[in-house]
Amino acid sequence: MGFDLGMVLGFLVVSGVALLALLLLGKLLRPHRPEASKRVTYECGEPAVGPAWFNFNNRFYVIALVFVVFDVEVALVVPVAVVFREAVAAGAGLLAFTEMFLFLAVLLVALVYVWARGDLTWVRALTAGECREVEVGPRSPAP
Amino acid sequence: MESLVQHLSARWSLGPWGQELLAAAAILLVAALVFVVALTYAGIITWVERRVAGRTQSRVGPNRVGPFGFLQWLADGAKMILKEDVIPAQADGPMFRLAPYACMLGVFTAFVSVPFGQLLIAADLNVGILFLLAITSLVVVGVLMAGWASNNKWSLLGGVRSAAQIVSYELPAGLAVLVVVLGAGSLSMQDIVRAQGGAPWNWFVFRDPFCLVAFFLYFTAAVAEGNRTPFDLPEAESELVAGYNTEYSGIRFGGFFLGEFANIYLLSAIATSLFLGGWQVPGVSPAEQAGSVWLQLLGFAIFFAKAWALVFVVVWLRWTLPRLRVDQLMGLCYRYLIPLAFACLLGTSLLLLAVVPGSALDLGLRLGTTGLGALGGALFAWRVAHHIRRAGDRVSLDVLQRGARGAFDPAWQTRRYGAFRKAARGQEER
Repeated sequence: MGFDLGMVLGFLVVSGVALLALLLLGKLLRPHRPEASKRVTYECGEPAVGPAWFNFNNRFYVIALVFVVFDVEVALVVPVAVVFREAVAAGAGLLAFTEMFLFLAVLLVALVYVWARGDLTWVRALTAGECREVEVGPRSPAP
Repeated sequence: MESLVQHLSARWSLGPWGQELLAAAAILLVAALVFVVALTYAGIITWVERRVAGRTQSRVGPNRVGPFGFLQWLADGAKMILKEDVIPAQADGPMFRLAPYACMLGVFTAFVSVPFGQLLIAADLNVGILFLLAITSLVVVGVLMAGWASNNKWSLLGGVRSAAQIVSYELPAGLAVLVVVLGAGSLSMQDIVRAQGGAPWNWFVFRDPFCLVAFFLYFTAAVAEGNRTPFDLPEAESELVAGYNTEYSGIRFGGFFLGEFANIYLLSAIATSLFLGGWQVPGVSPAEQAGSVWLQLLGFAIFFAKAWALVFVVVWLRWTLPRLRVDQLMGLCYRYLIPLAFACLLGTSLLLLAVVPGSALDLGLRLGTTGLGALGGALFAWRVAHHIRRAGDRVSLDVLQRGARGAFDPAWQTRRYGAFRKAARGQEER
């Protein structure tokens, strides 16, 4: 086992060092002519308006939350899946199946809840109760 | 490998430190070898992609560097190393520099437990498939770092889209893998391959109808995780310029690029091992195969053929299907793939309860599913042939007609295609 984990470490080291080596090799070969206009942020030729570091559409945030819930549950089912055949052979198959199904049912309830709430709809209009008027001030100038 | 190290250190009567050093040298040697193979495969896939794209769009594709343009990927690699490395003034420097490393590490470390053959595996980890799912998630970190650090709106949009997409499609992929794990009773890649057989009806894909669905679920989810068309929203060259790698140039861009193409081979190899019988030779048991070098090579060739066939399918998909919208993408994952994956998981576990392995019912189920798969494949092939006939194949099958001389003689090719263009013009005038 130690040898196998060492192999994983070896792969991590080799792939990291290889990219570094390619970059160093390139440093010897490639041109280096710095110029201010080269280092401008590319927005299809137009001057960039402000930085790209601003608050972002929180639909992505909901996706991340849903993912965490689901992925932890899936990870917890893995051990049951590994021993399932042994359980069937030992005559405890129905028990294992029921346990796994009950566990997954919780996950399914979560999916149904998120679906019914409309969180799986990407373009979603807020209902009157959900949104409130926000006064929009002038945008802060770019640093 | 480990036993070889032990054997050698016993023979050379090395002390504990010598043994450790020998093990470290062996590990680095194997890692470097697999890395070079993976890098070569990634390069060759870029060539395959461009040739297939050319044929799909009735043009020729790269055909100048080497026979059939085969060495194009080497020329492109050399070009990437020679390009200036530009880092935008507004970008977050250290993070911008580190992002390609995360992508490279995520993809190339995964090759550690890909079984290329019965003995050709760097480390048969006992958590094999779980490790593969985990380590490839490192790519998300790299993509998100690149998107954020570039300080560019295209990059930010691409990076965040990519993270949402990879993370979401991890779920159907994980559930489809669980269907296989249920049947194999192990997470080790070699155990999963050993639990299958050489003949198609002994593969996991045809074990029962749920497994057949799980294969398509895994493949779709893996293609989406690899950011390939029809799921290439993070790059979307026609709307986001190039997404998260807009600001990257030279070999730093190459880190993402090679990682992405190595990932295509990785996903094909994993799908082959999990569902398509891996290196199993029809009619030969793993014990017999272990005893013969020729059978080992045959097993490697079989794995190679199956994995590259899947690579071709991935490339083919890209040049055939249009891109999904971002809302369709998320809808497809959460509303169709995940419920379907759950149904497969429950169906397979019920079948495992009901059907005794090796019984007549088991064999019937396997043969029936194989027949179903064969029928579906035949129908699909017939439709494809029909559409090709209807659209007309406007580039002649030059690979077959040109022969060896044309392959190595660009001037001959110019004359050949000059004549072709003239003929096409003549047709237009008529």
